[in-house]
Amino acid sequence: MSLTLLHKFTLSELQRKFTAGDVTATEIVRAYFLRVTQVEPKVNAYLTQCKEAAFAQAERLDQALKGWRKTTPMMAMPLAVKDNICTEGVRTTCASRMLDRFVPPYDATVVAKLRAQNYLLLGKTNLDEFAMGSSTENSAFGVSRNPWNLQTVPGGSSGGSAVAVAADECVAALGSDTGGSIRQPAAFCGVVGLKPTYGRVSRYGLVAFASSLDQIGPITKDVMDAAILLGAIAGHDPRDSTSANVPVPDYLKALKRKDLKRLKVGVPAEYFADGLDSEVEQAVRTAIDGLRELGADIREIKLPTTDAAVATYYVIATAEASSNLARYDGVKFGLRAAESKDLLDMYLKTRAEGFGPEVKRRIMLGTYVLSAGYYEAYYGKAQAVRTLIRQEFEAAFQTVDLIVTPVTPTTAFKFGEKAQDPLQMYLSDIYTISANLAGLPAIALPCGFSKAGLPIGFQLIGRPFEEETLLRGAHAYEQATHWRTKRPAIR
Amino acid sequence: MQITKQEVEKVAKLARLALTEAETTGFSQQLNQIVDYVQKLKTFSTEGVEPTSTMPGQANVFRPDQVQASLSAEQALSNAPDAEAQCFRVPKIIQES
Repeated sequence: MSLTLLHKFTLSELQRKFTAGDVTATEIVRAYFLRVTQVEPKVNAYLTQCKEAAFAQAERLDQALKGWRKTTPMMAMPLAVKDNICTEGVRTTCASRMLDRFVPPYDATVVAKLRAQNYLLLGKTNLDEFAMGSSTENSAFGVSRNPWNLQTVPGGSSGGSAVAVAADECVAALGSDTGGSIRQPAAFCGVVGLKPTYGRVSRYGLVAFASSLDQIGPITKDVMDAAILLGAIAGHDPRDSTSANVPVPDYLKALKRKDLKRLKVGVPAEYFADGLDSEVEQAVRTAIDGLRELGADIREIKLPTTDAAVATYYVIATAEASSNLARYDGVKFGLRAAESKDLLDMYLKTRAEGFGPEVKRRIMLGTYVLSAGYYEAYYGKAQAVRTLIRQEFEAAFQTVDLIVTPVTPTTAFKFGEKAQDPLQMYLSDIYTISANLAGLPAIALPCGFSKAGLPIGFQLIGRPFEEETLLRGAHAYEQATHWRTKRPAIR
Repeated sequence: MQITKQEVEKVAKLARLALTEAETTGFSQQLNQIVDYVQKLKTFSTEGVEPTSTMPGQANVFRPDQVQASLSAEQALSNAPDAEAQCFRVPKIIQES
């Protein structure tokens, strides 16, 4: 098989080729690193490449498989992992100077599950520092670039993972999503991003940002691949007490039905209000028409507390972040400032040197909203509004099975466009944040392009632990359209 | 409501962040802008509404009090900036009299 074509396959296609013996693990690794060598200088998706280890692993697999083709589903599948997910023996930086040389002595549970299936780790992908941001501009190690237009951001925080998938530098990737960090970059880069239900996937080994919101999920080339990768990483984990003891269904079964008959899909007016770019709105409305043509029963719904989502999120997420990031004190791991006169001085200097501006800003905001005198007015209030948001979704899901919305107010923006205005950057998460606040599963998938040639995505939100309905809706739409066949030229 | 420079300095101390003069000025401006925006939460009535701190259905999780495999001391110390005799070394805390 020609190595120059291998990188174009989806995960399900590559699985078939490998299982059939049409391609070896070594050929897969060679093809992907050939591709990485070609495009990585342009897009900068990876912080760390695991070339030697991947080749060694591939050779081991090919040797072990001689005359024997029984494989696990993820065997020899070349994946990229966001660099805030711990990989034993492979540095995990969170795109921060603080963890520049941190080499985890253990695997995150999602990584351990993939490793047990003999997957191939191609590398660790770029992100906004500690997953705080929407553009990868907050990475301490340089930005990633959108393969569709190298002058625009790929989105964030899982920007590197979305770029690696969109630029065919891996067959699929893992990201993490606290307020949209899987779905927004997936939409900006024209790929599929799935944030599972809170508790669906173990967060053990995911470097904590906001623990009541964080969730790991797949970024893939199509919906079927998202179903496959979710199935590989989902499930209860005794090491994460927030992971739910709910059986993992066979997500591929959910894709069998090609129509959406008897599926009720809600359209919340609040998600189509001021601030939504007209090209994005047009594409999403056309996608809704597409869902209707497939048999879905489209209904108007109301989610009036949507307007509070960004404010609620930036109080809760920063409060939790300020607490989670207290551990970076220069004592147990990570950076320690060189010259300090005593312990307090060491803390102050280490954190000043180790954290970038956005992380500091969020720690400051989080510390402020939790401080004496302000706790109830901000943190307590935000937690109560969070309940309202959650209850509104619960009520909506009494009458509909899925909710359809845009993913982002605009297509990918230019570098620097929002970097000087934190609030504007925060507002770009407006359509994705609510699913995190309510703990709901949500998927972003392509539904068109702007006149400038940038991808547009739409979002489906589902009931807790009903990823199957999400995948069914997304897959039916995807198969009825041709967006997934478009690939970026990267120039 | 205004967050003063003094307040920013106080919060920075609580957060154990040494800020430069420029950072202090910048953050007081930006925090004011963000906190202004967050005021909109006040327009939503939450009287009698229970706060959400985690997802419903989640409760304390217990496991039997049995020793399980864990990282060795060597592994746990492998990323330490400074370690000695299976301990993390830090600058002296207690002053000699």
